[in-house]
Amino acid sequence: MSAFEYAPAPESRSIVKLQPSYGLFINGEFVDGAGSFKTISPASEEVLAEVAEASTADVDRAVKAARRAYEDVWGSMPGRERAKYLFRIARIIAERSRELAVLESLNNGKPIKESRDVDVPLAAAHFFYYAGWADKLPYAVPGWKPADGHSGADPRPLGVAGQVIPWNFPLLMLAWKIAPALAAGNTVVLKPAETTPLTALLFAEICQQAELPPGVVNIVTGAGETGAAVVNHPDVDKVAFTGSTEVGRIIAKAVAGTNKKVTLELGGKAANIVFDDAAIDQAVEGIVNGIFFNQGHVCCAGSRLLVQESVADQLLESLKRRMATLRVGDPLDKNTDVGAINSAEQLSRIKALAEIGSAEGAERWSPACELPERGFWFAPTIFTGVSQAHRIAREEIFGPVLSVLTFRTPGEAVEKANNTPYGLSAGIWSEKGSRILAIADQLRAGVVWANTFNKFDPTSPFGGYKESGYGREGGRHGLEAYLAG
Amino acid sequence: MPAKKKESADSVASATRVTAGATATAPRLAVRKTYKLFIGGAFPRSESGRTYVVADSKGQFVANAAQASRKDARDAVLAARAAFGKWSGATAYNKGQVVYRIAEMLEGRRDEFIALEVPAAEVDEAIDRLVWYAGWTDKLAQVVGGANPVAGPYFNLSSPEPSGVVAVVAPSAPTLLGLVSVIAPAIAAGNTVIVITDAPRVAITLAEVLATSDVPGGVVNILTGSAAEVAPWLASHSDVNGLDLTGLADAKLALELEQAAAETLKRVRRPAAAPDWSADPGLAPMTAYLETKTVWHPKGL
Amino acid sequence: MTATISPLSEVTRSDAALRTFLHGLPGVDRVGADARAAGLGTRSIKTTAKAWAIDLAIRMVDLTTLEGADTPGKVRALCAKARQPDPGDPTCPPVAAICVYPSMVPTAAEALRGSGIHLASVATAFPSGQAPLKVKLDDTRAAVAAGADEIDMVISRGAFLAGRYLEVFEEIVAIKEACGKAHLKVILETGELVTYDNVRRASWLAMLAGGDFIKTSTGKVAPAATLPVTLIMLEAVRDFLDTTGRQVGVKPAGGIRTTKDAIKYLVMVNEIAGERWLDPDWFRFGASTLLNDLLMQRTKLATGHYSGPDYFTLD
Repeated sequence: MSAFEYAPAPESRSIVKLQPSYGLFINGEFVDGAGSFKTISPASEEVLAEVAEASTADVDRAVKAARRAYEDVWGSMPGRERAKYLFRIARIIAERSRELAVLESLNNGKPIKESRDVDVPLAAAHFFYYAGWADKLPYAVPGWKPADGHSGADPRPLGVAGQVIPWNFPLLMLAWKIAPALAAGNTVVLKPAETTPLTALLFAEICQQAELPPGVVNIVTGAGETGAAVVNHPDVDKVAFTGSTEVGRIIAKAVAGTNKKVTLELGGKAANIVFDDAAIDQAVEGIVNGIFFNQGHVCCAGSRLLVQESVADQLLESLKRRMATLRVGDPLDKNTDVGAINSAEQLSRIKALAEIGSAEGAERWSPACELPERGFWFAPTIFTGVSQAHRIAREEIFGPVLSVLTFRTPGEAVEKANNTPYGLSAGIWSEKGSRILAIADQLRAGVVWANTFNKFDPTSPFGGYKESGYGREGGRHGLEAYLAG
Repeated sequence: MPAKKKESADSVASATRVTAGATATAPRLAVRKTYKLFIGGAFPRSESGRTYVVADSKGQFVANAAQASRKDARDAVLAARAAFGKWSGATAYNKGQVVYRIAEMLEGRRDEFIALEVPAAEVDEAIDRLVWYAGWTDKLAQVVGGANPVAGPYFNLSSPEPSGVVAVVAPSAPTLLGLVSVIAPAIAAGNTVIVITDAPRVAITLAEVLATSDVPGGVVNILTGSAAEVAPWLASHSDVNGLDLTGLADAKLALELEQAAAETLKRVRRPAAAPDWSADPGLAPMTAYLETKTVWHPKGL
Repeated sequence: MTATISPLSEVTRSDAALRTFLHGLPGVDRVGADARAAGLGTRSIKTTAKAWAIDLAIRMVDLTTLEGADTPGKVRALCAKARQPDPGDPTCPPVAAICVYPSMVPTAAEALRGSGIHLASVATAFPSGQAPLKVKLDDTRAAVAAGADEIDMVISRGAFLAGRYLEVFEEIVAIKEACGKAHLKVILETGELVTYDNVRRASWLAMLAGGDFIKTSTGKVAPAATLPVTLIMLEAVRDFLDTTGRQVGVKPAGGIRTTKDAIKYLVMVNEIAGERWLDPDWFRFGASTLLNDLLMQRTKLATGHYSGPDYFTLD
């Protein structure tokens, strides 16, 4: 018991009005689905609501609604009018930010300070950013020439976008998908993750408040089969998926031979490289943020720490001291740093890989921390003495587990960092500018954070090399992915 | 264009011809070219030892071309990967100079291609296209990359970088312009390529152009033979990052290749519906094999 | 511990050695440090934790008056307030110290006699420090002789910024000696050092020279204390303890006016330096108006309703 024991500081749940059951959001209204499933709070295993499960027929209804909305209204609406709808949505997200944050933390298990300070504001910012693109599409495509020779004609949208998003940033990933799609003039059918449907359904209400024309946004809840129905629907023109590399492969295969355009944002095993001249205290923060932010449920998490041998001991000591101050527990407590693991399934996967880490001879360490009895929890964990051959150095754990490796020279750091089929992100910590730029050049990763980590912005393209997927989200690049060039 | 036809008839592949000044009694036997593969800057035979007969437009035998095998594809990937680091790391200015040099060399060998029944206009177009791409190498980053005004004290820059090793099924026609149209954008963007083609004479003659153009060995590798046989090995090869099927007419093969490529999430360009190789290619042939790398750094005193 | 101290004593052998050492300290990334401080600033301290923190903060206040207009009457009133911050509530603890100019030390010493409250005096040509060393030493000795048991000195920022580290070091050593048994707080005047790298270097310099506390500011230069600057200094004392085994205190001063701010500092002390520093012996607030806000918040917690400034003494 420390001298300064912070009293519980829970955010009130009363702002969220949970309904006992939720339907599918098709053509502007909530309708029954073929089946239903329960959605829970991973922090307590409490059932929050019953949610409709969309069958293939339900998905077909949604795609038809999206097609009609595309052809009758949205695809031909002047960009500046579409823009105003998106600005409206951005504003409503900001207005209802507290409600969205509480609901996100309830359903996902992430700390309220993250949903409040990161997920929700960034989601609003994405809509605000892409809103401004809607009437400027010709500027989004370099060298754009209208096919009919008339200047001023816009690049065309693709049509109906089928979007499947993960459970780690439910509302934010929704924003990453829907905002550029709508700005470009597409309509969407979006499937939220099975375990985190609630903020997407609240977003459906926001679409109603914004008076978005029916069918422009359709939300179909369900599991993998529902997602497959969205991706495989023949009348879907664009597929956007964020999730595992395993499912990414299946999607890439499924769309082969079709005309569907695809963006895949998949797994990662990012190296976070700390040189001996790094600003150590900020590097420690960056490492902690890199792997424990959002319980490590982050595709771009800095899950491999590559530290220069000459500072490894000192750095690890600082890191452990810092980890001991992490507060694990109730996601709704404003002082919680690390929340609940999103599902029992994910928890068992993390546990299994951690067991493998120990079995393979790496040394496991966690700070003393009391975990709640109910719900899904995993203490922040580091493995030292890890080598490239260990499975915990190669496989994406998607949890609060850091593998620590060392290097001696910059060349060795780059070689180890790139020695993975993934290529989503990487970190560099050094106070030497020329070294940072040289290393950044050599890293095969779509996002390189130098002297920072896990920073996101609507203007900044995000996406991977190699098996981390293809296409970019964010910025002009993210918009181009929804336009017929 | 009768004049060109005449040149064609005088082609280097003609079996015999009498040259002015030679002794009249013994007609000089022409020296034929052996059409081999082009891998890592060298011209090896297929490791399989196989060749196939190439005929001219009149059905006359002109050569036994090397028929590339699975192992040749494997060797080509090794060569392309080995060349990738240096080529992708070369300055944009340098890459532009090298691609321009290809155009210069091609201009010098213009007649050779015409002799291979490539229409002169196509040769000219191929040369001009190389010049166009040569100029792109140091402009791409400014056109498709740039600074991102993030909401915070950070410097944030997106730059295009090559995807890596790209396998290309070259279009059957037009032979030269088709080849140049698939090779030039990939290498101008900094990738290294393995091209499968069924036009061995034009392709290997182009390889001779490349070999004398300061193109580092392994940046372009050319396999002659059957796409149906070789391409699946490249599509499923884990060390290949991209697959260009724009020139592939066989929809069934294209589907199989795209499915195989999905296994390692390769960047795939699907077959073009009605390819017009003489049209302005736009940026797509380059951007298809470009990754966007975004680098963040704090700004603070 | 001597084993680790002895190589450190080597670093003050020469200007060059000291420069090499100070410039070899890990750099500070400003954006990262600011973000860390802001993050800690979002901690939500409620109910029992808040009550505990408010009482601790009161016990950490160096109740300060450093005005040209200070008079014995003003200083006596302040001392009375130091002894009994809330006359209506005997459970309210006294503050840590009174901080005054040397001329006011005799008055304060008398007013505080028997209270256990420390008496701090600024010295060394406060606030600019632009005086000959002899004057600074005399200033210090006079304050101690008059009854100050804590001396708040200013470093020569000009010498520091000009890179004459050894000069700054030797001056602190000399002042420390002049202090005798009095505790020495070394004011870095971080608002004039500007960069966080400088703050870290100056912190180490002051600690190497024997300072018992490192203090952010005189209160006469903006910006005075900030959360990130205090963060850097808390990291420095933490690392110095690890390296040498000697604990040094930290005192942010100037600009801390609200309970909310004070609690942010305490959270930072707790999570950066650790609970060893959650003690008036090791952490102080240089403040004047802060005290009344702490008292108002204390009353609010105890009674459940908001209080007003007229219910607390103005001194």
